Amino acid sequence: MGHAMIEWIYVGVVVMLLVYLGAAAWDVERFLDHPPKDSKVIKVTGQQWLWTFEHEDGTREIGELHLQEGVPYKFEVTSRDVNHAFNIPDLTVLIDAVPGRINTVWVMPDATGEYLIQCREYCGFSHYQMRAKLFVEEGVSNVSAPIETQDIPVVLPATKAAVVSN
Amino acid sequence: MWEILFSTHHTDVGLLYIILGLVAFMIGGALALVIRTELFLPGAQIISDPNTFHRIFTTHGTNMLFLWLLPFASGIGNYLIPIMVKYKDMAWPKLNAVAFWMIPVGMALVWLGMADFTWYATPPYSILSAKGPAAEMWIFGIKILGLSSILGSINFIVTILKMKHPDLPLMKTSLFVWATLVTSIMILVALPTFTAALIMLFTDRLGVSGFFNPNMGGDPIAYQHLFWFTFHPEVYIFAIPAIGMAYELIPKFSRKPLFSYQSGVTAFVLLSIVAFASWAHHMYATGMDFTMKTTFMIGTLAAVPASAMHVFNWIATMWGGRIRFATPMSFVVGGLVLFFYAGAGGVVNSMMPLDFLTHDSYWVVGHFHLFVMGLITFAFLGMLHYMFPMITGRMYNERIGMVTFWLLFVGVSMIFLTQHVLGLYGQPRRTFDYVPVEPLIVMNQISSVGAWITGAGAALLMGNLIYSAGKGKPADMRDPFQLGEQYYDYTRKEPHH
Repeated sequence: MGHAMIEWIYVGVVVMLLVYLGAAAWDVERFLDHPPKDSKVIKVTGQQWLWTFEHEDGTREIGELHLQEGVPYKFEVTSRDVNHAFNIPDLTVLIDAVPGRINTVWVMPDATGEYLIQCREYCGFSHYQMRAKLFVEEGVSNVSAPIETQDIPVVLPATKAAVVSN
Repeated sequence: MWEILFSTHHTDVGLLYIILGLVAFMIGGALALVIRTELFLPGAQIISDPNTFHRIFTTHGTNMLFLWLLPFASGIGNYLIPIMVKYKDMAWPKLNAVAFWMIPVGMALVWLGMADFTWYATPPYSILSAKGPAAEMWIFGIKILGLSSILGSINFIVTILKMKHPDLPLMKTSLFVWATLVTSIMILVALPTFTAALIMLFTDRLGVSGFFNPNMGGDPIAYQHLFWFTFHPEVYIFAIPAIGMAYELIPKFSRKPLFSYQSGVTAFVLLSIVAFASWAHHMYATGMDFTMKTTFMIGTLAAVPASAMHVFNWIATMWGGRIRFATPMSFVVGGLVLFFYAGAGGVVNSMMPLDFLTHDSYWVVGHFHLFVMGLITFAFLGMLHYMFPMITGRMYNERIGMVTFWLLFVGVSMIFLTQHVLGLYGQPRRTFDYVPVEPLIVMNQISSVGAWITGAGAALLMGNLIYSAGKGKPADMRDPFQLGEQYYDYTRKEPHH
């Protein structure tokens, strides 16, 4: 029976670790799954092979998105043709864009800069370059003048690894 | 030659399965080398058209899963199951041969078509955008391969349960018999949903139905549920035979009895049940609600203790044994190491918030390759080396065998551990190109170099086996590996039926 005893202890330790990890994940997800009540809604539409964004005031952007630092945003994501996935790797935003459904995900950008938006679900010929740019700006949103943002240093996924690994 | 092709004897059919599997392994591996070479640098390298790239990775995936892993496991089963249950052949030898000969047909359809919709064939892309006739050829190819596995599974189940020698209780058979039995039952439970989904996909493509077509009121997510209900358990269908092979080899090469037989059986049965409780963990990002995500996270985590029991059993068996690290044992232990990485990565994936980091990124590519290439392929190759004397009557070259093991182990670690990092940098999977920044380039290059090393190792392995099959030293059939125990009961087969 000495055999069995060792194995029971081992399985018990594994189960306890899993329960701990599972509970921690549940606790974080519970928070992430519910967008704050005051979040601004951005409608995101994927299509082969570009992204369209619509702000609450009706302003539309194609291939670029301008957001403000410190404001919670709720993305309502859908697709016009096949499945895509709306992904901002540096901000850990990921949700599938499925035609006929509206999926939501929220984020509050906490640093200004330029971020990569990409498609993360295979969608055909130009899937690999279905990208857009996210500009996170300070203060008042300046959607009509993206030129001013050109001085902002480019922050691509690689150099932002620290954010991702957090 | 013709004798083997038209034979229904279990060792002949087993040999055909094994050869077909190895051919698929090599040509599928060649496609992987093309993929990795293309990704060595950003921008188009050796492929100019992204769609060619898509066709290549679709065929690579389909080929490796359905033409390498499944047939090879059936091949080893064909060889060993009748011997292990002490029966003269499989229960239905003709059905056995028929099940095998369906595979080349399916293989031809998959390879000649080269569909471009990834091996998930996810609608609406597969309905609206994928090119025919490649898509139709893929659908019918997979249907034929599925039917072949169902026939094979029925044959295994009947052979094990009905043809077993009456004096041999099931609890005294080898754990490999249990692995095959559990796998075969799982195939029968899991496959029907995807079989149905494939027909629905086909009629959707024809335009006569709209099950998954949002333009006709269908729901693309329904397909993903049907798909993963089959293919999450399929992961275990691939893995359990490999685990069974590890149980076969580890006690022999540790020259020590197995730590706990009951624990192995329990873990097999547990795995086969919880395998069906976790399919939607592939779909957290499709917009599932919180309760469902939690449910499937728990279902996924439930599979971990059973896998951990297997690992514990292996380590406890090796503990204090006089281990002989010949090629078969090295492959199994190498596979065990990679299995540990893969399992730890799997726990990370199942954690809901972390999955949104890893999902559909290169992390996932690295993660599941550590299973299919690490654990499963390594156990298969170990078993292949162990059975080589039984199949050919000769010994392979042990020194070259060890060289191939180290090439493959180093190569595979380089490819797939770095791909985890690529995923954390945000590189999506199934991409023809990536953002040209230094860390991505460096990681992709390490991964590609690893692929070339693996390719060299695989080529050397095949060379060693093919050469030794004809010119190798005759093996000592009582104990070819000097382990101090009886090798498989090797008798020349009966005249052909």
